[in-house]
Amino acid sequence: MMNKKSSFLVSLIVLSIVLVGYTTQNDYFKISKEDVELKIPKTFPKPLYRFKNNKLSPEIFVLGRKLFYDPILSKDSTTSCASCHQRIAAFGHIDHALSHGINGLIGKRNVPALQNLIWKDDFMWDGGVNHLEVQPISPITNPVEMNETLTNIILKLSANINYKSDFKNAYGDTIINSERILKALTQFTGLMISANSKYDKYLDGTDTFTTDEKKGLQLFRNKCANCHTEPLFTDNTFRNNGLKPDTILKDKGRGAITGIEEDNYKFKVPSLRNIAITYPYMHDGRYRKLSDVLNFYSSQNFDRQAAHEVYDIGKLSADDQKYLIAFLQTLTDKTFIYDKRFIDPFMK
Amino acid sequence: MKKPAPIFKFMATLMVAMLFCLNVWCKGKFTLYLHHYVKDKIVQFDTLNYMNELGQSYIITKFKYYIGNISFISKNGINTISKDYFLINEEDSQSKILNFNNIPAGSYTGIQFTLGVDSIDNCSGAQSGALDPANGMFWAWNTGYIFLKLEGKSPHSSSTGNMLEYHIGGYKSPYNCIRQIRLNFNLQSDFKEDKEIHLKVDIAEILKNKQVIDFSKISSVTDFHNATLIADNYVDMFSVLSIK
Repeated sequence: MMNKKSSFLVSLIVLSIVLVGYTTQNDYFKISKEDVELKIPKTFPKPLYRFKNNKLSPEIFVLGRKLFYDPILSKDSTTSCASCHQRIAAFGHIDHALSHGINGLIGKRNVPALQNLIWKDDFMWDGGVNHLEVQPISPITNPVEMNETLTNIILKLSANINYKSDFKNAYGDTIINSERILKALTQFTGLMISANSKYDKYLDGTDTFTTDEKKGLQLFRNKCANCHTEPLFTDNTFRNNGLKPDTILKDKGRGAITGIEEDNYKFKVPSLRNIAITYPYMHDGRYRKLSDVLNFYSSQNFDRQAAHEVYDIGKLSADDQKYLIAFLQTLTDKTFIYDKRFIDPFMK
Repeated sequence: MKKPAPIFKFMATLMVAMLFCLNVWCKGKFTLYLHHYVKDKIVQFDTLNYMNELGQSYIITKFKYYIGNISFISKNGINTISKDYFLINEEDSQSKILNFNNIPAGSYTGIQFTLGVDSIDNCSGAQSGALDPANGMFWAWNTGYIFLKLEGKSPHSSSTGNMLEYHIGGYKSPYNCIRQIRLNFNLQSDFKEDKEIHLKVDIAEILKNKQVIDFSKISSVTDFHNATLIADNYVDMFSVLSIK
């Protein structure tokens, strides 16, 4: 039998292990001042959103992170922003062609990845949203997404003691309003910056490309970079890329926003950063693989006339296709998707 | 350079101080009242039947709109009274009474304000107060403020449930629905007493002149389709009732 002294010692050791485990686990979700510093990648231009009226702070960022992962923002508390914007898919939705909402409802567009948002002047495939801070209102209030109202969210959060103290930590008092909710979400999503892929390291000389990847980059610059312009891999314009409109979705894209005939069936040129992990592809998620996309541009499905603003890449040889895909895979940014600042805090 | 004599310095300071005081002393309060009418009768929701220009009957269930950038017009130009926006709601009596302080004394020939929300304020992100998107006057899918909401019912409406739904907004050309309102009056005031300006807002004007709205054809406007048509109508809905 253990004597008193050694049993005390054992309990002490157990206790300290538990304590150390507990604190390291909590520290893991801690956000420091440095974590919320806006660091502009060397190759990137000046961001369009600069947190001017939304000063970055660890407490506001932490609140935004919690809101992003909390299904409380949806009508029946089943669906959070993160339900469709999965970190592991660069905040896109792997394997889902169209967005999913509450009650199993399905939207009409593919979930876009969330990255480098502060370099965008409009949002959504049709550019209907004109400012990063008001962007969340669209999925929150959309009947086939979260189907909730801002007023109701404020009521739900105000009835929650934890959120009251979260808002106090973030803003100095317990007032909960839409401006604070939206600005906190913006701090979280605005800091999702992806600029540390193999491609980025290759550019700054800290990594090397294989021959295939180098050939792929060359091909890319000749054939794709006109729209998918480096370093953001989009020129942020709206274009008709020759996809035949889906007869069920009947999605007019940009035209439904501007009311201009010419804008019908135009969609935002998406960034290709993290493209290998954000399948399926196109605004309606109709293609599962990168090779499907590359084949599309030389297939009968490609409407050359409608896509007159898009560079005709023509038929790619099997080798060229292999090179391009090898290059596109260098755009995957593991440091971004495994960045601990963006991990679900409810996993605590 | 020679320094100014101390006496000049003193006199200049005194003059600045006097001007400052004059400015503060001779400022007064004024209150803007908005009275919602249909033709010549004060509006009554839900129960009262109205008639449009085509003899189609209707009732009204909601009436809300934004005004902002309120200024007085004088011979010397425009005097800005307030750069704020106000959300006027028929069902909220407090929202129909706007108080302003520090109005400089003078002779005014009219009032000017914006019906709607300026384009810059449509693109400024999350805001509080009158422009809080939680007020229900904000479009999320094509972001921007709804400047005016008029809702009701008519047996002639082609929409489900005989609904009439006119949600008018849009700050981009060619669907810009922001309208500048200018009303003339004569107001001589030293503002020793508080002034009241009473405006009549005739809802019937939204449905006629320049374009009579036929409920069987246009029963719902919730985006740019037909929006400017209604905006060109609502530009005439204000008139001066009285000044006290």
